[in-house]
Amino acid sequence: MDATLPHVLGFMYPNEVELQWSILIVLYPFITGLVAGAFILASLEKVFNVEAVRPTYRLALLTALAFLLVAPLPLQLHLGHPERSFAMYLTPHLDSAMAMFGFVYLWYLMAVLILEIWLDYRRDIVLLARSSSGWLRVIYRVMSLGIDNISPRSLEIDERVARFLTVIGIPSAFLLHGYVGFIFGSVKANPWWSTPLMPIVFLFSAIVSGIALVMLLYMLFSRMRRVAIDMRCLDTIGRYLLYAFIIDFALESLDLIHRMYEADESFKSLDFMVRTKLFTSQIVLQIILGTLVPIALLALVQLVRLGERARQRLYATAGVLTLIGIFAMRWNVVIGGQLFSKSFLGYTTYKLAFVHREGLLPAILLMLLPFAILWVLVRLLPPWGGGHAPEGPATPLQAEGGAAGPAQA
Amino acid sequence: MKIDRRDFVKRTGTYLVLTSAAAAAWDHVVAGTPETAPNYRVTDHWWGMAIDIDRCIGCGNCVRACKVENDVPHEPYYFRTWVERYHVPGGDIEHPVVDSPNGGHDGFPERYGAVDGAKNFFVPKLCNHCAHSPCTQVCPVGATFDGPDGVVLVDTSYCLGCRYCVQACPYGCRYIDPRTNTVDKCSLCYHRITRGLTTACCETCPTGARRLGDLKDPNDPIHEFLRTHKVQVLKPQMATGSKMYYSGLDGSVR
Repeated sequence: MDATLPHVLGFMYPNEVELQWSILIVLYPFITGLVAGAFILASLEKVFNVEAVRPTYRLALLTALAFLLVAPLPLQLHLGHPERSFAMYLTPHLDSAMAMFGFVYLWYLMAVLILEIWLDYRRDIVLLARSSSGWLRVIYRVMSLGIDNISPRSLEIDERVARFLTVIGIPSAFLLHGYVGFIFGSVKANPWWSTPLMPIVFLFSAIVSGIALVMLLYMLFSRMRRVAIDMRCLDTIGRYLLYAFIIDFALESLDLIHRMYEADESFKSLDFMVRTKLFTSQIVLQIILGTLVPIALLALVQLVRLGERARQRLYATAGVLTLIGIFAMRWNVVIGGQLFSKSFLGYTTYKLAFVHREGLLPAILLMLLPFAILWVLVRLLPPWGGGHAPEGPATPLQAEGGAAGPAQA
Repeated sequence: MKIDRRDFVKRTGTYLVLTSAAAAAWDHVVAGTPETAPNYRVTDHWWGMAIDIDRCIGCGNCVRACKVENDVPHEPYYFRTWVERYHVPGGDIEHPVVDSPNGGHDGFPERYGAVDGAKNFFVPKLCNHCAHSPCTQVCPVGATFDGPDGVVLVDTSYCLGCRYCVQACPYGCRYIDPRTNTVDKCSLCYHRITRGLTTACCETCPTGARRLGDLKDPNDPIHEFLRTHKVQVLKPQMATGSKMYYSGLDGSVR
């Protein structure tokens, strides 16, 4: 274009100059990824019997719920006509990848996550309803859906159904986030997005981010509650985070190497973009600080014998860097995919406003909201019982303090 | 009253089914009947366009006519049709220099000399009204759709403004109208062609560089054009079934 459009470099089709998907659409895969990842961590205990991560089982489920409740909000805020979004349920266009979002979302929210949490907490809810008074009692009564049968037989059925649900839940979590990847990966017009690897890259980065988040939350809550961190649990989470991260990085490297080796018609244009406009967010934040450094830190714990404090610090640092890196990855996919022209002849610039419907302020608020929801959920449904205690009301139990075994070294 | 889980599931299920049925019925009621044009049968037509690059002089008549006829916003990022100027120095089709100041709306300021050894030409662009449109495929509610007459249209009263179709169009033909927050694009002047007129851009083109054609009408001159010219569509590798047939399309055009 001409000097009239100073933020455009080279040539763009005129309608391409303005970006269509803003930071809110960056939040969407980031948040759903955290949901899927947190759920996968919870399933480790339930389905794969990784006993060590039990202290985080309920916390992971509540985290997944808190973030899942927020997941559709950035989308709603972004829509030109949010009031029409319900039409996606009534008259979905079945050829559209996006049309399925509502159904996948509802399935995951209602059929998997809420049901699983409810089954796991049902006994606690009934007991809490009995022991509390006033409006709190009403809330618990509503949450129990009026069902107060907690006979051993009934709880046994709950347990069996919950286990079955988790088994369905894993493919559902894969579906939820793989699907989000497909929304981008299936756009053939956009070479930055269009790759069959996209769903699986999204999935593994989701697992990585979700595990990192629950790990950080577990450390944070332990500190706030002044209880000792179960190092066996933390070490196990750290190990799984490392494994998931290695797979994730391998997949992303495969994508990158494949692009460089094939060097198709879009390559020069995309290569230039990565070296210039995306350099900070892609090379520095995503790859170096957000991937290589946390992988190195997590590997260090495996290789070197370190004290508890040192390990905790390393895990905390790695966790925070991981979340930054995965956020940068979402940013690079969503924003990066719109900075270059589909003519491969030019680039535009993303201007992020602050106070704007799609600006930085609503994005920050939307990122804080799940933590507020989680805080309420944790108050209502204390996750520290572990859900498998044989007796007694849901008071903080021994699960987190007692099992502080030695590190795996 | 004691409710067990079986009762609960039954009752909730009934409520859910009833509510969604009522909502679907209501949606049907408010949708109303689509607008019709007398004497126009959608199944009798299959619209396309013949564009002769050698005839385009970059005057911008088509862009101006389109903006007026279709009430397109005047800012320089909203176009249903626009014109690009290609400058290909030394015949290097890999590295053309392209510009489209204000979409060609105000014509093109003189930039390249007559004898600079480069190839210069104009390329008018508009929605390709693809037979296999990637944009209509992705619309979550079917607000944009392929008509039986081969025209890709938008129902703005149904569009969510999710912008997925804008992302899916390989040609950059769609934009969000800031006044309605819904998507807009070339409708091939549907309000005109269904009444036997040609599009505003074809009507005002002084050189006949763009000509609307009905591929289902055996007497339409577009058949003669397609027989006698070597034509190509934009980005054929996208396999979109574009119906904008360009004659004299250079390899540098994208």
